Amino acid sequence: MRFQFKTSYNQDIRLFRDKIDAAWYGLLAIVVVALPFLMDDYYVGESTWVFIYGICGVSLMVLVGYTGLVSLGHAAFLGIGAYAHAFFIMHGAPWIVAMVLAVVITTACGLIVGLPALRMTGIYLAIATLAFSVIIQEVFSRWESVTHGFAGMKVDKPVIFGVEFHDERSFYYLCLFFLVIVLWLTRNLLRAPTGRAWIAIRDSEIAAQSMGVNLAIYKSMAFAYSAAVMGLAGALFAHKIAFLAPDIFTILLSIQFLLLVIVGGLGSLHGAIFGAVFVALLPPVIAILRDSIPDSMNQLARDTGVAPLGMLGNAVGEFLRKPGVEAGIFGLILVLVILLEPLGMYGRWLKLKLFFSTFPMYKASTFKRQKSYMRSERLR
Amino acid sequence: MSFFTAENLSINFGGIKAVDGVSFEVEQGEVFTIIGPNGAGKTTIFNLVSRIYEPSGGKLVFDGRDITNVPAHMIAALGIARTFQNIELFEHATLLQNLLLARHAHKKSSFWSEVLFLPSVRRMEIEHREAVEKAIDFLDLQQYRDSLIVNLPYGVRKVTELARALCTDPRILLLDEPSSGLNVEETEDMAFWIQDIKNLLGVTVLMVEHDMSLVSAVSDRVMALNYGRPIATGTPAEVQAHPEVVRAYLGG
Repeated sequence: MRFQFKTSYNQDIRLFRDKIDAAWYGLLAIVVVALPFLMDDYYVGESTWVFIYGICGVSLMVLVGYTGLVSLGHAAFLGIGAYAHAFFIMHGAPWIVAMVLAVVITTACGLIVGLPALRMTGIYLAIATLAFSVIIQEVFSRWESVTHGFAGMKVDKPVIFGVEFHDERSFYYLCLFFLVIVLWLTRNLLRAPTGRAWIAIRDSEIAAQSMGVNLAIYKSMAFAYSAAVMGLAGALFAHKIAFLAPDIFTILLSIQFLLLVIVGGLGSLHGAIFGAVFVALLPPVIAILRDSIPDSMNQLARDTGVAPLGMLGNAVGEFLRKPGVEAGIFGLILVLVILLEPLGMYGRWLKLKLFFSTFPMYKASTFKRQKSYMRSERLR
Repeated sequence: MSFFTAENLSINFGGIKAVDGVSFEVEQGEVFTIIGPNGAGKTTIFNLVSRIYEPSGGKLVFDGRDITNVPAHMIAALGIARTFQNIELFEHATLLQNLLLARHAHKKSSFWSEVLFLPSVRRMEIEHREAVEKAIDFLDLQQYRDSLIVNLPYGVRKVTELARALCTDPRILLLDEPSSGLNVEETEDMAFWIQDIKNLLGVTVLMVEHDMSLVSAVSDRVMALNYGRPIATGTPAEVQAHPEVVRAYLGG
């Protein structure tokens, strides 16, 4: 177990806990930068999704994980960002300008949607944002002069200051760059008074108010910031899928984002990234397993002479080929996570870390929560 | 003019007059306690003072300023801090974060400087931290600094809430049943702290309390309340002996 000896208040403020932590993140950075040179283009493309989903995850984490406001409409913000970016590029705006405009427009939409959030919480807010996303989806399909409706909208590869990002590898680095920037800005906010105010609103509105937090301003701010980040993700998303159609930005995508933050672990930026890895990589992993499980099981059956093994393998492969199985597996994992690990993958990660750092003295009960004390009805 | 004055304060919930024309004055530097049976309107008065409820009548004056129409989030900046009867801490944050949040009323940084974490933000953070550390030292909370509130025992949470209220740099402190849920020993500690807050920090204390040993130990003046109306005001001994008060508690 490593104890940190603190000699200055700065140690609680800076980004990395200490040099050893910073070294680990440095190692991670080297691995992430080197990865495209070690993988096929296909896998580089799939990893890019991790970064884009990571940005989406940060966006929703700020709102759901830190401010405690649930949104079922974040696909709409993604769509607004994507369409706005594509629209401005199509009309000749430079890439950076198009992106900034996309972010500004999404932020404005976030502020507008945030207004009802000042009066609503929980399920009511979820329904309001859901309604918003349905309306926006309708706008995407009807406003043909801008979105081209169901005919769709082709998005060219990004060209920034004359530099072309045509292959998977360069786009991978572009997305990685923006993810790092977003993580850094968000982390800055979270270690400053604004982030604390968000956390305060999440845990007790009445106490936050009595400590001087203006609920209306900080809730709108959370919505606006979350939408802005989502708009940025939308711009990258547009390039990634290369073809925008209204039926991409459905409630299913919004739910997938929620799943991302819950599986990753609510209330931590690590969770947003863990969740993004999970959501982005599960489909390709299922695709790989579809073929590799029957193959390897049949091989095993031939080697051992136990025929049922091969049949089992074929059955599993058959099952994984069924339509809708992906959504089913997502749902199953979500249920299991909520039941078994409410803190998500990040919670599991903390436990693993503690296990190794205190080995062999680890006690599972370290993470047992006390029963919470009853609160009388909240004053609203 | 007194330091803090409530004039003819009233609030109705439907047909129920929870607080019905209550007037009292708190002098600077004293501990003023409100007692009364359950449902007498004590906590409601606190919620009126911290502007969470809108009074249906009456006036609140703090240090010569009418605060009857000040919004709830501006109250802390004026120097009025409070604790809650059923602890309202930010449970999934560390004790340190809880106390730092209490510095919110003194926040000067803008959104843009925070998003980039400019040196000025860092400087302010360290200033806030120094203020917070004073409260931590004052209430002996050093060992819990980095613990999440959910992992702390009830007694420590109660003290944490007191520390959080102190971190706002209050001039008047509203304590809503500081001893509820504490054992005898912890209640005695609480009494010492309240006296220290009054004598060492010079903070005026307005308190709601049931535990008469604590009330007698720390209060300068006591007001007894029943059915939203004041029935007696005076020293702890006077109020305890007042026939109306005895009747309110024991019936008859």
